[in-house]
Amino acid sequence: MSKPTINQIWEWLDSVPDPEIPVISVVDLGIVRDVNWDLDMLEVSVTPTYSGCPATTVISRDIEAALRDRGVKKVRIKTKISPAWTTDWLSKKGRLNLEKYGIATPQATGRPAHCPRCKSENVEKVSQFGSTPCKAQWRCTDCLEPFDYFKCI
Amino acid sequence: MADPLFEFLLRQGDNTLVLGHRISEWCGMAPVLEEDIALANTALDLIGQTQMWLGLAGEVESGGRTADDLAYHRDVWDFRSLLLMEQPSGDFGQTIMRQFLFDAFQVENLNWLQGSAHPRIAEIATKSLKEASYHLDRSRDTVVALGDGTPESHSRMQAALDLLWPFAGEMFICDDVDIALSSEGIAPDPSLLRGAWDATVTQALNEGTLTAPGGAFAQKGGKDGSRHSEHLGHMLATMQFLPRAYPDARW
Repeated sequence: MSKPTINQIWEWLDSVPDPEIPVISVVDLGIVRDVNWDLDMLEVSVTPTYSGCPATTVISRDIEAALRDRGVKKVRIKTKISPAWTTDWLSKKGRLNLEKYGIATPQATGRPAHCPRCKSENVEKVSQFGSTPCKAQWRCTDCLEPFDYFKCI
Repeated sequence: MADPLFEFLLRQGDNTLVLGHRISEWCGMAPVLEEDIALANTALDLIGQTQMWLGLAGEVESGGRTADDLAYHRDVWDFRSLLLMEQPSGDFGQTIMRQFLFDAFQVENLNWLQGSAHPRIAEIATKSLKEASYHLDRSRDTVVALGDGTPESHSRMQAALDLLWPFAGEMFICDDVDIALSSEGIAPDPSLLRGAWDATVTQALNEGTLTAPGGAFAQKGGKDGSRHSEHLGHMLATMQFLPRAYPDARW
């Protein structure tokens, strides 16, 4: 098999879902920082979202498995902590999918723009932390539904 | 003196490790679900930071020890964490007060370290600071809310403050390790962080109608490992049990 192009690799990686938020890919999340061939070894640089996020190990394994399934024999995952991950790296597609899934997208103001369900701007914080390290819990005071907010960091 | 860089990295990693383990003790036991989740998430951040600090400590030592080796196979006297970190979690107020007193220090510490002359330290600090700032937002808000809350919550927060205050001073002690590293621009002179810490803490305590005890007496002996309290040994007995009893255990 000839070496797949870097673009092809990025496309494949874009089909690897985040294990905890499966509507976005690891590429959408902005944690794949670099893809490079080192002779016949494919090196993928991954940055953790939060330093203790338990999904990080699973993500590295999923990336490796996805590439092997497509015939890439030698894969090396490199952890890269600098520059530190920021929610600015979330892709547009990722943001749209988060919103459709019911997770409010990160905002520089530090609070959700609106309820992902009914779009009301009347929302209040329930807790600074949510079901995963990257999210907080908010509630809509109009439709009364609680929802996750992807923290802006 | 032992290698100051190694000592310094142990101090950073042991602080986050011991505090991270302490707050993980709340997992499944916090007063409400949201707080349970918040404490567990904070613990995760701290353990993640520990992996970076102790990982680098192992590299610097060049003896082949990993972050796990350092976390699970050292005894009390080899730990370099502040005495404040190992204090028992007590009630929820005590847990939050311990967290706040440390968070207010750690944000200043990491903020300085972002510009460290040691690039790896600067990277870890930059990554950790985002998380630490978020922790401070929450612990500060909670200290204010409970301090200025019901008579019951107020008295518990005041009692927590009175109990923990003597342990705060150790954060600002500048010893030979600090002098060696600050002269190279690698780490701050901790005594210079006190002003900013005082400002953050005083304002929050005022808003929370809490009164800091007077006096400058500081318990010390944690960061140099010379006089840990008995609490750390008990904590390590729990934390280190599995890897010591089953050294080859794997997930």
